[in-house]
Amino acid sequence: MSDNDTDYGNLSQPLDQLHPNERGKVKSNYLRGTIAEGLTGPVTGAISEADNNLTKFHGIYMQDDRDLRDERRRQKLEPAYQFMIRLRMPAGVCTPEQWLKLDELARTHANGTLRITTRQTFQFHGVLKGDLKPTMQGIHQALLDTIAACGDDNRGVVASANPHQSALHKQMHELAKQVSNHLRPQTRAYHEIWLDEQRVATSDDDNVEPIYGKTYLPRKFKIGFAAPPTNDVDIFSQDLGFIAIADEAGELAGFNVCVGGGMGRTDNDDRTYPRLADVIGFCRPDQVVDVAEKIVTIQRDHGNRVDRSQARMKYTIDRFGLDWFKAELANRLGNALEPARDYTFTHNGDRYGWVQGEGGNWHYTLFIENGRVRDRDDLPLMTGLRELARIHTGEFRLTCNQNLIIANVSEQARSDVDVLLKQYRLHNTTHHSALRLNSMACVAFPTCGLAMAESERYLPSLIGKLETVMEEAGLADDAITVRMSGCPNGCSRPYIAEIGFTGRGPGKYNVYLGGGFQGQRLNRLYLENVGEEKILDALTPLIHQYARQRLPGEPFGDFVIREGIVREVTTGKDFNT
Amino acid sequence: MEGVIIGPERITMPATSVKASASSRTNQKHQPESNRQVEAERPTAVALTILYGTETGNAQQLAEQAAEQAQQRGLSARAIDMANYKPRELKAERLLMIVTATHGEGDPPEPAQPFHEFLHSRKAPALKHLRFAVLSLGDSSYEHFCQTGKDFDAQLETLGGTRLADRVDCDVDYEDAAEAWIEQSLARFAEIVEREPELRQGATPAVASEPAQAREAPAYDKKNPFPAEILENVRLTGRGSAKETRHVELSLEGSGLRFEPGDILCLAPRNRPEVVDALLAATGFSASELVDTRSGRMSLAEALAREYEITTLTPPFLKAYAQCGGHASLQALLEPSNREKLNDYIWGRHVIDVIEQFPVPDLEPRGFVEMLRRLPAREYSIASSFEANPDEVHLTVAAVRYHSHGRDRHGVASTYLADLTEPGTQIPVYVKPNKTFKLPADPDTPIIMIGPGTGVAPFRAFMQHREYDEARGRNWLFFGEQRFRTDFLYQTEWQAWLKQRLLHRIDLAFSRDQSQKVYVQDRMLERSRELFAWLEEGAHVYVCGDADRMAPDVHRALETIVHREGGVSAERATEYVKNLQREKRYQRDVY
Ligand code: SRM
Ligand SMILES: Cc1cc2nc3c(=O)[nH]c(=O)nc-3n(C[C@H](O)[C@H](O)[C@H](O)COP(=O)(O)OP(=O)(O)OC[C@H]3O[C@@H](n4cnc5c(N)ncnc54)[C@H](O)[C@@H]3O)c2cc1C
Ligand SMILES: Cc1cc2nc3c(=O)[nH]c(=O)nc-3n(C[C@H](O)[C@H](O)[C@H](O)COP(=O)(O)O)c2cc1C
Ligand code: SF4
Repeated sequence: MSDNDTDYGNLSQPLDQLHPNERGKVKSNYLRGTIAEGLTGPVTGAISEADNNLTKFHGIYMQDDRDLRDERRRQKLEPAYQFMIRLRMPAGVCTPEQWLKLDELARTHANGTLRITTRQTFQFHGVLKGDLKPTMQGIHQALLDTIAACGDDNRGVVASANPHQSALHKQMHELAKQVSNHLRPQTRAYHEIWLDEQRVATSDDDNVEPIYGKTYLPRKFKIGFAAPPTNDVDIFSQDLGFIAIADEAGELAGFNVCVGGGMGRTDNDDRTYPRLADVIGFCRPDQVVDVAEKIVTIQRDHGNRVDRSQARMKYTIDRFGLDWFKAELANRLGNALEPARDYTFTHNGDRYGWVQGEGGNWHYTLFIENGRVRDRDDLPLMTGLRELARIHTGEFRLTCNQNLIIANVSEQARSDVDVLLKQYRLHNTTHHSALRLNSMACVAFPTCGLAMAESERYLPSLIGKLETVMEEAGLADDAITVRMSGCPNGCSRPYIAEIGFTGRGPGKYNVYLGGGFQGQRLNRLYLENVGEEKILDALTPLIHQYARQRLPGEPFGDFVIREGIVREVTTGKDFNT
Repeated sequence: MEGVIIGPERITMPATSVKASASSRTNQKHQPESNRQVEAERPTAVALTILYGTETGNAQQLAEQAAEQAQQRGLSARAIDMANYKPRELKAERLLMIVTATHGEGDPPEPAQPFHEFLHSRKAPALKHLRFAVLSLGDSSYEHFCQTGKDFDAQLETLGGTRLADRVDCDVDYEDAAEAWIEQSLARFAEIVEREPELRQGATPAVASEPAQAREAPAYDKKNPFPAEILENVRLTGRGSAKETRHVELSLEGSGLRFEPGDILCLAPRNRPEVVDALLAATGFSASELVDTRSGRMSLAEALAREYEITTLTPPFLKAYAQCGGHASLQALLEPSNREKLNDYIWGRHVIDVIEQFPVPDLEPRGFVEMLRRLPAREYSIASSFEANPDEVHLTVAAVRYHSHGRDRHGVASTYLADLTEPGTQIPVYVKPNKTFKLPADPDTPIIMIGPGTGVAPFRAFMQHREYDEARGRNWLFFGEQRFRTDFLYQTEWQAWLKQRLLHRIDLAFSRDQSQKVYVQDRMLERSRELFAWLEEGAHVYVCGDADRMAPDVHRALETIVHREGGVSAERATEYVKNLQREKRYQRDVY
């Protein structure tokens, strides 16, 4: 540890000097709080603030319809409180039966849409307080849960959706489940509150959470698995990443371990920055769960519990140094990690359309714009997928690019799937430009309480305008990753996009350029707080210049750096300089 | 976190350091009960009020710092979130500092929006005695840099205040500039207090209204109604509601009119122009023909618009009309034996339907208007306390709109009010005292208020009054409507009273939120033990709203409760409730 570093995470500090949320966790009786009582309060559609902090650990987030906020204030009505529910679905895999159940719940208890997230799971939006319990029970009936989908704990574990290497995908899915289950909070609070399980009194209160203890983690924690050459999970944005490495025979040898990724930052606060994970070594598949646990406990013990803006593991690592971190890990594991091995990523987007896997089965990757599954007049997506789920015998995989893979379709069944795709006009590639297929936006308005600008509802139209520019420049078939977030938190991982946008206020965005096409490099601020006109004015000449002057195969992100349009960002700390 | 009040009496400091909690604020933005500030009651004498408008905490932190520094200079001060500030206190302020951020696109921070709106509305008081200074926070990369601070600064001056220190617009690196400004402006405040020591005593209690002018004003009454200006007209029922219930605020400024909680406001509406036109077209009368009315001679169009009821059908009109037209079938309908048929006929029909169905070729304008009755004033329960909102009167109006016999129909007064969204329009009004619907004389007496739908109106006045009076009696409300999400009238106000523990109980019956309908009387029966206990402790019971079904159902529920919980016979229970009425402990205002 370097000299002047205080160990903010050290729980020997008096609790009252830590962030109030820490006290909230301790007082919550292992995530129970007064959630159950709050659900029945008839005077408000909200739950208390303390309980809202706790329901996150159960995958539930209180929100309000921000489109109506001002109107309702004038009407002397409270905000239109409603809830978001996020599922825990390791590696983003679900069955057609599960799809049908979720689809039904979305239509009966939520706002009639399903949202595929950037961490390959589903969210319901617009669930009213009185609908929470039936929805949670419905999810349970589908053999799914929402435990730790949000909150200060290990979140949903993601894994490359990887349609080609079926065997590897299976292994990674299995490991993702193991890690997710191992790091899942053990309290029965979830089952008691949502599933009416009877409370059993135990004397052994201190052992309820063997890994987490009463205060869980200082902040959220994210784990992912990637299978090169595809970096669809953006492995370097994870707190902890496992990069699959094959042996000479092509079998899974183990994983390179990388630590300290994260996107979230705050405007005008230079102590916050996005950071890409550092590769620190290699481990065998049978070590994965242990490595994950030990790394989580390092963050548990040393993450900042005073200032939540400094609490992610990326800051813990920058505060103590990577060498300290490696030594601490070796200490906890009983041995150091092996040296990291070679690997190559070629892209972080999805490959659309039909692909045949090793086993002979087929997989169709379907573009879902910004992950929103809903019926529109011109695109009956939700109905189409429901019909598809009725005939599909394989599985569904969600991708971290908010897309959907109809996986494991047999040779014979392929044509049936094609018929439905056609009937409901879901065929991607014929409808969308490469630019759109490589774009992604976070949720933002109207549900996200932190949104400062539109994102999901706006990006499609901005892409439309950029498509025109691309066509004029002769780049209609070229891909540039474009990602938009409605605020600096960066839920769409905009800081690794070739062109990134983060919201500053209504209609205003920061523009970032130069992220790595393989997810290997952060971008840099290019324009601050500008509207659409300025965005298009600035990007149009750049895109034309790119068309004229790029080297063969050179991605846009590399081009803007080589041309000196923005300076390369080499480390997280360099982001704000 | 607690707010900070720094004055001679008490000092409360935040439990956590400002820094540590600032980082969590972004997460708390949309929380219903902000835990940022729970202002304690106002110390008796505070010289300087520091109002802050914040979303992410910067302005709050500066305001608190300023309050602390004021204290060090011997100047009592309080830092208070605009969200929690009672606008009516503003009149009494003498020294005011504002620290505010700007958000959105040059908009006030969300919690500060109501105050910002108030200050820019016609309800804002004159501030001739106010000395003020404004510090604004912003971010110069936004187009409307520090707009909210600019707004406040300009508006306080417009309202007559004197600027003590020039505004400073701080960018995101506000610390130094803000510090310097606080230092300087506090020096100016201290200086002025030195010169005018009475300022040290702080704000004088809020004056109810501009008295001199008001007292001399002529008394307005039924014959001479006061033209009240519309101040505000908002729909209370949210999107998707089947109801259109509105909150209407009218100005009584300069009228000298006063009222007590429970009183009624009467108002003279106008008929809709399209209804007048249709009637003129159906009769073929000329709009400009002059007719004599009780209010004098005027054009027929004007007379139809404001003097006569030209929609609702009455049996006397039908009689007169049938006689003059000689329509046999209409006359038959008026036979006493056909009462029910007549009622059926009248339901959903208006004057114009009769004229179209039974034309009278030689109908004369003068003869026709003589058949009509005068347009009666409509009555509305007053929904505000005069003391709490001097010079204003608030109403809760359900707009009557329906479709029948091929036409869209509009209740005269309720839709006249509902559609008057243009501020400044005047409506003739007068006050009708309501002796039989009065708060208990003893402020310690508990009250039970049963007011579904617009029946809730007078109870808002009751609560405002009891709050103003600092009455200690407990208050219990039963409210009902169709749906919780859209129809909980004045929801945020009831929530605030609950939080302040001024409202002790609230029971809600939303009839359409579940498969079986639930009404207020069902909720009363569910709470029968407690309700009876309140009665035994001397509670007064008030019922307001629907006379046809609600009031009788509630009455029966009361009898059942006494029967059940008092362990007495049904007859004794009836007697008990009658007695409550005789003692004026059970009062109704139903319509
Ligand atoms: C749904 C999703 C965006 C999407 O379009 O898909 C999302 C949505 C939200 N994120 Fe996120 N985040 C989502 C992936 C991410 C990612 C990407 C990733 O993990 O790969 C990031 C950046 C990586 C990281 O964690 O650094 C991300 C960084 C954040 C942050 C910033 C964290 C930080 O360290 O600063 C917040 C705010 C916070 O935690 O304080 C946040 C908070 C939120 C909340 C819950 C807003 C809130 O706290 O009130 C958003 C809910 C909006 C809504 O209405 O649904 N979300 N969020 C993604 C759900 C993933 C999942 O299934 O678990
Ligand atoms: C003491 C008292 C207090 C009151 N307080 C309030 C109050 O606080 N808030 C409030 O909103 N009202 C209140 N009212 C009622 C108010 O006075 C009016 O009666 C009401 O607003 C309707 O008036 P209007 O002029 O709009 O409708 P009118 O033009 O008078 O039309 C109303 C008539 O239309 C007919 N009608 C209505 N709906 C239908 C339908 N669906 N189908 C067929 N016919 C229909 C009925 O015959 C009804 O009587 C109160 C009344 C009294 C007596
Ligand atoms: C969504 C958003 C919109 C903003 N809009 C403006 C603006 O229009 N004009 C401006 O001067 N500052 C704007 N700001 C900057 C804030 O006023 C500034 O950050 C201030 O210090 C916040 O103070 P507070 O913490 O008290 O809320 C905005 C900030 C945010 C987060
Ligand atoms: S990036 Fe910001 S606006 Fe978008 S979902 Fe995340 S928190 Fe909300």
